[in-house]
Formats: sequence, C-alpha cells, structure tokens
Amino acid sequence: MIEVRKLIKRFGSKTVLRGLDFQAREGEFVALLGPNGAGKTTFLRILASLAQPTMGAIKVAGYSLPGQAAAVRRRLGVVSHLPLLYGDLTAEENLRFYGRMYDIPRPGARVDEMLEMVGLSARRRDLVRTFSRGMQQRLAIGRAILHDPDVLLFDEPHTGLDQDACDMLDHLLREVAARGRTVVMTSHDLARVEDLAGRFDVLSRGVISASASRSDLGGKNLLDFYRQALAG
Amino acid sequence: MDDRPLTADRKSPSTVRRPSSGYLKAILAIAWKDLASELRSRELLSAMLVFALLVILIFNFALELDVATRGAVTSGVLWVTFAFAGTLGLNRSMAIEKDRGCLDGLLLAPVDRSAIYFGKFLSNLAFMFIVEAIVLPVYSVLYNVNLFNPGLLLVILLGSVGYVAVGTLLSSMAVQTRTRDVLLPILLFPVAVPVLVAAVKASSGFLQGLAFAEIAPYVNQLIVYDVIFIAVAFMVFDYVVEE
Repeated sequence: MIEVRKLIKRFGSKTVLRGLDFQAREGEFVALLGPNGAGKTTFLRILASLAQPTMGAIKVAGYSLPGQAAAVRRRLGVVSHLPLLYGDLTAEENLRFYGRMYDIPRPGARVDEMLEMVGLSARRRDLVRTFSRGMQQRLAIGRAILHDPDVLLFDEPHTGLDQDACDMLDHLLREVAARGRTVVMTSHDLARVEDLAGRFDVLSRGVISASASRSDLGGKNLLDFYRQALAG
Repeated sequence: MDDRPLTADRKSPSTVRRPSSGYLKAILAIAWKDLASELRSRELLSAMLVFALLVILIFNFALELDVATRGAVTSGVLWVTFAFAGTLGLNRSMAIEKDRGCLDGLLLAPVDRSAIYFGKFLSNLAFMFIVEAIVLPVYSVLYNVNLFNPGLLLVILLGSVGYVAVGTLLSSMAVQTRTRDVLLPILLFPVAVPVLVAAVKASSGFLQGLAFAEIAPYVNQLIVYDVIFIAVAFMVFDYVVEE
C-alpha cells in the first residue's frame, strides 16, 4: 500500500531524510517512532503530498508521488496535532465543506454517519471553536475518513489530549484501523502505540534504523527495543 | 540498499482533471466557507471597514480641499483607501488558513490546487466589494462628490478584480513567512502599481466627464492586467503553496 525507496529530503544544506526505505502493507498499522527532529513529520508530509521529496521513489495506494499527487490525496486521510477544522463553522458545516472538497456524492448521509461514529451527533450544530481539544480531535478523525480513504496518516494525534480524550481517541483509531485501512502513526507515547500498532519502525538519523512487528518483540518491552534502536 | 523497482503506476482517475464539476464545487465550497465563517466572526470585514473609513476621514480633515480640488483628488484618495483596506483583508484571509493549520486541509483535497486560489479569490473579491459598497456612499457624503456613475462602478469592478487577483497570490506567498504582515504590502504595491495607476486615471476620467475614447486606454489596460494576473496566478499557485 505504501512503498518508499531511497527517500532523501533536504532543507537547504540540512538533510533530514537520508535514503529512507519504508513499506506498509494493506491493513497494516505501523507506528513510526523517533526522537524530536528525526524527520517523522517531514516523512508523513511527503507521503501526504504536502512536501516535495528531494530524491527517491514513493508510491501510495499504487500511485506515484509527486506525479500522481491528486490521485494519492483521494485515497489518503491525515490527522495531525492540529485538527484542520474551521472554528467559526459548526461540526456539520466543517464536514460538509470537506465533503464538497472531496466531491463526495450525497455528502449529507456520510456526514451524519461520521458524526455518529465520532460521537458528536448531539453537537453537530455547535461551532467547533466551542469544542474541547478532545472533541476537535475526534471530529478531525471524522474529517480524515469522510471520503473513505485506504491510507491514514496520524501525526502525533494524542498531543495535548487528557487521559480520557486519549482513551476515546484510541478507541476510534482501533475502529478505523479495523476496517482494513493502512495506518501510519507517529507518536512519542510508546505505551499507547504498543497497544495500537502491529509494527514499530524507528526513524533515526534520517533512516529507518530498526523495525519490528508485535510478534518480533515477543515479550520484550517496546521501550527497550526503542532505546536499542536509537543507541545502534 | 534495496534496488528493486516499485510496482507499476496505477492510472490516475479522471476526477482530477480540470475543469470538472469537482473543481468548480471546490472553488464554490471555499468561497462559501470563507463567507459563512466571516458572517459569524466578522473579524475581517470589520477591520477592513473601520480602516477604510478612518483613511477617508483622515484624508478629509488633512487635505481640507475646496470643491474643485476635491473632484480632482477623489479617485486617488478612493483607490488608496481600497488598496490599504484590501491589503488588510488579503493578509487576514490567508493568515486564518495558516494559523489554524487549515491550509494543509485545503492542500490535502484531491483537486487541482488552483481551485484553492480561485475559491480564495472569490471570497476576497466579495469582501472587497462589500467594503467598497459601504465606503462609496460615505465618501460621497463627506466629500460632496457624486460617485454613482456607471463608468466609475465598472472601473471599481475591474480594478478590484486585478488587485485581488494579484493580492490573493502574493498573500499565499507572504503567509508562509514570519514577516507576513509587512511582507504583503512590500510585495503587492509594486506589482499592483499598473492596476492602481490605470484605475485612478480611468476613475478620474469618468468623474471629470471625459469622453469614453479618452478613458478607453485605461479601461483596456485594466482588462489586460486582470487577465494577466489571473492567468499567472492559475499557473503558479501550485508552486507558491508547495513546501
């Protein structure tokens, strides 16, 4: 579903990604771990066609980037720590707006379905700026899956959420992933991703320095694996 | 390092071609979204209006002109007011997208990115027209000049289109920088000079009751600049918003 070969990204003289190889199969939930500044967000922005690669081959859902970016975007949903929602529109208006941007046929029914799924049907006519951070993040998930994408990218979605909101978000993430979508999520919260993801990749010094599936880890602690990957 | 080639490309779906119903729908959706947000917040229009009215008032007291001279400077004062208030609106319109991270939301939509430009262009133009519709009668009263002249209204329409066309493009560029508030006027005013000069000359001609043949070159110049600015923006917007 996602294939990346020898990806290089430079910002001026600074090289952030140094020949990164990455692969995610259909239905796989991959947690992308790494220290601040490792290039996780840059990598996700390139996959989302929000940033251009300097070099390398990228394919998402069978389409090449950057050449077939619009086709990739149609099959992609993105949730970042910012909800990408308009505070002066209601929850329903926000989803209807994105429904029109994605040219969804009969967006009304789909919007109802999404609001129901993220548990915000009762607040559908309230302005998003009156929502708590957790509610905004739930609505952001509704926005991201409104067009039923094959691939979901989550960039530190738990940032700024309290414990209850994080638990609710995890429940939604599991539900979303259970529908056969490919998910790539960056996070610093190892305890949370340990329960969610099926594979753990560590991005360090511009490359994937270690990768392990849940079964590879066995009884081993994810934190130990992570520390070893960074030390190596 | 793995040297195997990637799997073969899938064919891009036809839905990403332009102009399609999805493309037009996206343009209208962005314009609708801006107008609906503004209707609730009144952040942008109130700032533009207050600023425009203050500029008119300041000029009115600062210049203390007799009736004959007022007629001569009207078009200049009017376009300076529109340009300053327009810059304020253009800056804010893109800053709202950037500050709330919503620009990424727009860029993630599977439409040609020029649709974002045209959507923002339409809403910025609507804001400009609303401000002009309020400023014109106020100006007429304060300066005792009749501005309800069809020729003048045509010039205001053409001048606003050109100014907003180039302003929307440059504000998309300026918003990516830390100094966006000061950068937009620095970028915009030199580029918009041909539009402003033609608009001032044509407005002045209509207000002085000159024959259309004498004003026509300026009106034609405005039409040409409108077409050029919109065409250039259509071609380069994708690169401007690219990271």
